[in-house]
Amino acid sequence: MTSTLDDSEKEKARSVSVDLNNDASLLIDIPDALCERDKVKFTVHTKTTLSCFQKLDFSVPRQHEDFIWLHDTLVETEDYAGLIIPPAPPKPDFESPREKMHKLGEGEATMTKEEYSKMKQELEAEYLAVFKKTVQVHEVFLQRLSSHPILSKDRNFQIFLEYDQDLSVRRKNAKETFGSFFKNMVKSADEVIISGIKEVDDFFEQEKTFLLDYSSKIKDSTAKAEKMTRSHKNVADDYIHISATLSSLSVDDNTALKKHLEKFADLFEKLRKVEGRVASDEELKLTELLRYYMRDIQAAKDLLYRRARALADYENSNKALDKARLKSKDMAQAEEHQQQCLQKFDKLSESGKRELTSFKGRRVVAFRKNLIEMAELEIKHAKNNMALLQGCIELLKSN
Amino acid sequence: MAAEMEPPPLGNAGETDFRELEDGEDLFVSTVTTLEYPEPSSPEPASLPAEDISINSNGPKQKDVSFDDDPEDLFAEATEEVSLDSPEREPILSDGPSPAITPVTPTTMLTPRMDLGARCRIEEDNNGDTFDIHIAVSDPEKVGDGMNAYMGYKVTTKTSMTIFNKNETTVRRRFSDFLGLHSKLASKYLHIGYIVPPAPEKSIVGMTKVKVGKEDLSSAEFVEKRRSALERYLMRTVKHPVLLKDPDVIMFLESSELPRAVSTQALSGAGILRMVNKAADAVNKMTIKMNESDAWFEEKHQQFENLDLQLRKLHASVESLVCHRKELSVNTASFAKSAAMLGNSEDHTALSRALSQLAEVEEKIDRLHQDQAYADFYLFSELLGDYVRLITAVKSVFDQRMKTWSKWQDTQLLLQKKRESEAKLQFANKPDKLQQAKDEIKELEGKVEQGEKDFELISKTIRKEVSRFEKERVKDFKAVIIKYLESLVQTQQQLIKYWEAFLPEAKAIA
Repeated sequence: MTSTLDDSEKEKARSVSVDLNNDASLLIDIPDALCERDKVKFTVHTKTTLSCFQKLDFSVPRQHEDFIWLHDTLVETEDYAGLIIPPAPPKPDFESPREKMHKLGEGEATMTKEEYSKMKQELEAEYLAVFKKTVQVHEVFLQRLSSHPILSKDRNFQIFLEYDQDLSVRRKNAKETFGSFFKNMVKSADEVIISGIKEVDDFFEQEKTFLLDYSSKIKDSTAKAEKMTRSHKNVADDYIHISATLSSLSVDDNTALKKHLEKFADLFEKLRKVEGRVASDEELKLTELLRYYMRDIQAAKDLLYRRARALADYENSNKALDKARLKSKDMAQAEEHQQQCLQKFDKLSESGKRELTSFKGRRVVAFRKNLIEMAELEIKHAKNNMALLQGCIELLKSN
Repeated sequence: MAAEMEPPPLGNAGETDFRELEDGEDLFVSTVTTLEYPEPSSPEPASLPAEDISINSNGPKQKDVSFDDDPEDLFAEATEEVSLDSPEREPILSDGPSPAITPVTPTTMLTPRMDLGARCRIEEDNNGDTFDIHIAVSDPEKVGDGMNAYMGYKVTTKTSMTIFNKNETTVRRRFSDFLGLHSKLASKYLHIGYIVPPAPEKSIVGMTKVKVGKEDLSSAEFVEKRRSALERYLMRTVKHPVLLKDPDVIMFLESSELPRAVSTQALSGAGILRMVNKAADAVNKMTIKMNESDAWFEEKHQQFENLDLQLRKLHASVESLVCHRKELSVNTASFAKSAAMLGNSEDHTALSRALSQLAEVEEKIDRLHQDQAYADFYLFSELLGDYVRLITAVKSVFDQRMKTWSKWQDTQLLLQKKRESEAKLQFANKPDKLQQAKDEIKELEGKVEQGEKDFELISKTIRKEVSRFEKERVKDFKAVIIKYLESLVQTQQQLIKYWEAFLPEAKAIA
């Protein structure tokens, strides 16, 4: 299945986006994508005025693994240690709609044709929603990079955008996954050591405390929000079955109840559409918001850890220097090493402070936008429901 | 105007707009903002079902008994045969002559129905009583301890009808008393074609929890469910013009002491006999091949089979809805707590405040979902459950007719055999045996005649009963549908209120 979003939609989208993709010198988007079984092929489209690129307007096909490769490469780049690397987009996950589709196939015999086709429609919509979400999340990742003053100039990023052959990263990825597994292990060990390190800077002390706590809370909220929106979807699905059976009852009925049942069935069908949108809006505005920032907070934490490691390195180099002075051996070396560590640490601290401050601003703005939009949509849907319900009640009472 | 649904991250690829929904109807036009709706009070879980059910059972305080297809006055038939003085519990309707047509007494009133504004006629029977009775089942109280404990319920009857001794009576009854009442009514009336409303079902699991003294939410829910079901059962029973006048019913409602109905226990002798009879009936049903001469019965039988299937299916779907809505409530509450913690952890003051407000909104919404689940259950689901059981009673009445026919046919066959053997005896020169045969034949002829009358009577009764049943069904469903929709409206109204209160908080994030 392909998804093509026309220009007017994107214009609207960009006008309310939170300072992304505004710089006309480098505009990136994913205008369409193809879904083949499990694999999603994204078309990454770039429009640029920068001279470092060979063309002004070009597109390349990319797979999810290519994005991961780009992300990991950036994380491993020493120079970017002081930056918050935008979190990698999660793997496209069609598990949930696929499972539901399977269950639907099994239950087909127990439903009427109408019921079955409605359920199928719902599922297809769900599939489409997952698909659109994954396109967005991949697009946002690239746009975060392109709007970052330093990261947008990264050579690998440019390769990703431009290289029109297959980025044969799969072999690399195999090594990488092993490597990254190791790295994760080392990182968690680091976490333990580093949270024990005495912080010299108030700002970072506060940030550390905040981020550690917030990270676990937002993880919990994301999971709970997901469960909540899923329950909401279940309720909407039940409405489908109820509507279908009411419809059958109405057809067979030849008493004064016939019209009532018909209208009642009709109402439920309309209600479930609204409920379905309530569920999906909640998912987009709330669950996805939380999910995104959960990952972003992890990226901020990673920055803190890198800085803490640099601090640890610096402290160790101090100790080594003292030792060298005592032994009067290799002092120059030790001094130089110590200077390097200090420099690195200072650089990370400076850049880190900048990044974390702008991160907070970004987060607050995004939460505000989404909470407002969610509340507005909830009100809209509830008013709709009420209109439908009251209309039906009027109709039934007048009969 | 399509809805904008943008994903939360900093940018977005486009709208997840479900185009297929734009089927001419613009669902998202902002409609009535000035709603002239009385501001509903917050529904509390305990009061909502009780209030609604009492209205439901209050329902039409007047009885609509004008049968368009039958000029006979059903009340007349009942008053002819009901004798309040008769001490015995034999079938009250004797095998008497067919009911005579009684003209409706001239003081028929036209009274608007209280709830739906429709009109109905009230027929006055010979006693001058109009149908006016309201029964409430309340105040469940545990009596006794351990496995012999039981739940006692207060049954309050308010009426102006003269067949009752007082205008208001209160008695205490236990569950087996209700079952006993039903058992008696069934034995008296089912086999002559009256649709006797079934009593609520037993529940060993539910009652054991109560006996054991588990004071948790599920026990309380179980007791409330049962209380409500018992109330509906009694109201349905007294709405039946014949059953209302039955001495057992009146005694049940009025007499302070009632002999314990032991025969309703599952493992009693009577219980086992019931099970055996049920099995026998099932076998018989399969073997009786009735020549249906009346297309009406064939048609109705099929109709009720269909209705049964559909109602069961709908009931299952609604039960699923109740379950999912309860889940939604629980998950919303859980999210609310999590959001509160997140708000506490948030270091940006305004956002922290907004998140706390969000948590509060979600907490209120979770209670809203819970209330809606109650309404889903007590209004919608229980109605369907009641009708599934009622239709079982209807089907059994059809079966009784088959049995009556079968009995008649058997008697006829027997008569034929006797005639044949009498013919043989004519030539056998055994005057004693011959006389005996002639006597037997006379007796059988009488029985055949009676069998035919019984069959015709039950057929006629069933026609009337089905007509009455269908009218009740239409009334019940219409009333419940509207009430249920109103509960949905209430929920949406509250949602609007809550989110509108939250919106400025979200906007205040600076």
